Amino acid sequence: MTTTFTDETRERAREIIARYPADRSRSALLPLLHLVQAEEGYVSPAGVTFCAEVLGLNKAQVGAVATFYTMYKRKPTGDFLVSVCTNTMCNVLGGQEVYDTLVEHLGVGHDETTADGTITLEHAECLAACDYGPVMTVNYDFFDRVDPSTAVGVVDELRGGGRPMPTRGARLCTLKEMAVQLAGFADERDGAVADGGPGEPTLRGLRLAQEHNVSVPGFDPNTPIRSKAEADKAAAEAKAKAEAAKPAPVEASAAPVKGGDGASAPTPGNAGAGEPAPAAASGSTAPDVKAPDDKSPQVRTAETRQPDAGTAVPDAPGTKVPTDSTAPEPRDARSAEAAGVAANEPAGDGKPAGDEAGAQERNLTEAKAGTDADGAGPADASETGAQK
Amino acid sequence: MTTPRPETLAKLTPVLTKRWLSPDAWRIGTYEQLDGYAALRKALKAHPDDLIQLIKDSGLRGRGGAGFPTGLKWGFIPQGDGKPHYLVVNADEGEPGTCKDLPLMTHDPHALVEGVIIASYAIRASRAYIYIRGEAVHAARRLRNAVQEAYDKGYLGRNILRSGYDLELVVHSGAGAYICGEETALLDSLEGFRGQPRLRPPFPATHGLYASPTVVNNVGTIASVPPIVLGGADWWKTMGTEKSSGPMIYSLSGRINNPGQYECSMGVTLRELLELAGGMQPGHNLRFWTPGGSSTPLLAAEHLDVPLDFEGVAAAGSILGTTATQIFSDQDCPVYATYRWLEFYHHESCGKCTPCREGNYWMVRVYRRILSGQGTHEDLDTLLDTCDNILGRSFCGLGDGATSSVTSSLKYFKQDYLDYIEGRTAPKLSEKTLVGAH
Repeated sequence: MTTTFTDETRERAREIIARYPADRSRSALLPLLHLVQAEEGYVSPAGVTFCAEVLGLNKAQVGAVATFYTMYKRKPTGDFLVSVCTNTMCNVLGGQEVYDTLVEHLGVGHDETTADGTITLEHAECLAACDYGPVMTVNYDFFDRVDPSTAVGVVDELRGGGRPMPTRGARLCTLKEMAVQLAGFADERDGAVADGGPGEPTLRGLRLAQEHNVSVPGFDPNTPIRSKAEADKAAAEAKAKAEAAKPAPVEASAAPVKGGDGASAPTPGNAGAGEPAPAAASGSTAPDVKAPDDKSPQVRTAETRQPDAGTAVPDAPGTKVPTDSTAPEPRDARSAEAAGVAANEPAGDGKPAGDEAGAQERNLTEAKAGTDADGAGPADASETGAQK
Repeated sequence: MTTPRPETLAKLTPVLTKRWLSPDAWRIGTYEQLDGYAALRKALKAHPDDLIQLIKDSGLRGRGGAGFPTGLKWGFIPQGDGKPHYLVVNADEGEPGTCKDLPLMTHDPHALVEGVIIASYAIRASRAYIYIRGEAVHAARRLRNAVQEAYDKGYLGRNILRSGYDLELVVHSGAGAYICGEETALLDSLEGFRGQPRLRPPFPATHGLYASPTVVNNVGTIASVPPIVLGGADWWKTMGTEKSSGPMIYSLSGRINNPGQYECSMGVTLRELLELAGGMQPGHNLRFWTPGGSSTPLLAAEHLDVPLDFEGVAAAGSILGTTATQIFSDQDCPVYATYRWLEFYHHESCGKCTPCREGNYWMVRVYRRILSGQGTHEDLDTLLDTCDNILGRSFCGLGDGATSSVTSSLKYFKQDYLDYIEGRTAPKLSEKTLVGAH
């Protein structure tokens, strides 16, 4: 199957692959998918084939990745992608209203493009600008504090051929031009990098500090970095001191909440103790196991997720966590991994990364031989198992 | 607007944010005039082990949500093992409510680049990656520009500042998947796979990127490194609390007069933050808030004086998370807010594990039923039961996070649920949105 990609795109593809270690070219897949969008406006079956060819993967492997990420579009898009945040904060501040207004005004729904090919509309999840909510982006550059009428103004200007200036971020380019940047290339437009100073919410805390002359005292940029020998000596002294005053550390650990208003700070001991038993509210079918402590379940789970030197993980084999600050012992995992590798022939899509290139080439040749015979249907990227 | 009291103003600690007021700080020339790359020069003269010790001494903890001690993490990297080491910066900011890393990378990108070089030197990595959220295009523009400037000036590449140390740094844009903020999913995504979390152990410290020892740190964590190298561990510990040292960028949003970024000493309280932010908007009274993004259990008005550090928030039954403080008032409905967050987790669940994929799918439908006035008392038990089956049983923290707002809103605001179920609150969703709820 032939692809139509230009020499420029092929040259860029080589540049992208060269960014990653020679035997880890698959790392280039995400930027390459952005790159094919830069030429076609979406990830087409041809785009999938192109990525597969240049990386020595098969199309199923590329399609599986392309369908996982929301920024890879699977049908042609307009010149401008208008994304309205409708996650909770923007939503309650009016984002939902903005989105609903645009749906009606443009006559398209989520992930749909206007008939003139100008605008693709979508509702987006949190765009990380909650202090400016409700926000909307055009090709991912921000329009802050929008309301239905400003949003309609922006899309009308876009449809009329104008390029409204984002509140923060650079002057607008087309979605295809943006995809080149997403593939990791510099924004070559004169002045684009300098566009977009910080907005007031970003600077608010700083301005307060400046107005009232607040700074952190005692900053000396020439403070020496202690060498290990000095640090060891200091640690030994500290230890000696601690042993001399035995009860002190116990007292410290019994008062974990510090630095705030000590009187009103809740302590772990009484958190929840004054409230009715939470179990009463639950008709849960989960077995009624007594909690090992009175922490909130979320806190306890979070601690288990991030084991540190002091967290034991009792029920997972090979998960002995060291009790001092040395590295976790990798031997158990390594021998288990070696046994697993010995027992299982690697599949084409196996991990860790760095697929066996020979097998893929064989697959590709076979696939080519098969499809060339009648020139029939290459796998459609959109049918390779969407997850979302 | 009244001026905050001096003792409240004293909680402000502009360290990571201090250069944002200089409009050109993103250019290397301006950055160099503002202490820029001084920490790197200093660090390259020190032994890498001494830098790791310095970070341990400072008590710096991860700024991405979990609060793992950074120096300890760096120390886990086995040295002299003959394998390549990697530093990966998690710049996939996407936790609802969180908006601290994007301004940092946009207005002070060199602070991150300098931190990357020092951290890589400390763990003996010769390649580093910044995995930045795809949608963060302007931050990525500035960051790529900064990386190029750093190469041109000899801060990156071969033989950095004639120290003999080499480092390659690549800015890698994601493609719109919240799950890639989970460190092992991020590594898979960076390797060119679907961003799905890996089973741990082995941990990234030994089997991370390309199965090699890898440190994954948040933007704020790495940007904290240069000031610690310059000012020292003791200076750093003058801020914050005993176990949560240093400054933290608190991102305030919602029903307040002046939403925005407030960098404060860790352990500041919401009451103090509200004072800095000019109080609640007229006609709004604080009802519920998240201490650190939507994955942390909601807190209520009674928690105004909880110290916002890792221990203080945990003692109050929630998690400090990313210090994304979203503030809601008595005019906002906790049931609807939770529903909207669940739509998010349902959309972003990667599909790898059943509890998260199915649990969120069904909880969204239960919420739609409740909000359209067709809920039953049994639905509340169903929600709690589903949460029981997701929390701690899903593959990664995304599933855990989804349960936070459900269980906490049921704990504090059960009456709001009952009002929908028993018909005292008008339905918020129309029946046409009810698909497959029964």
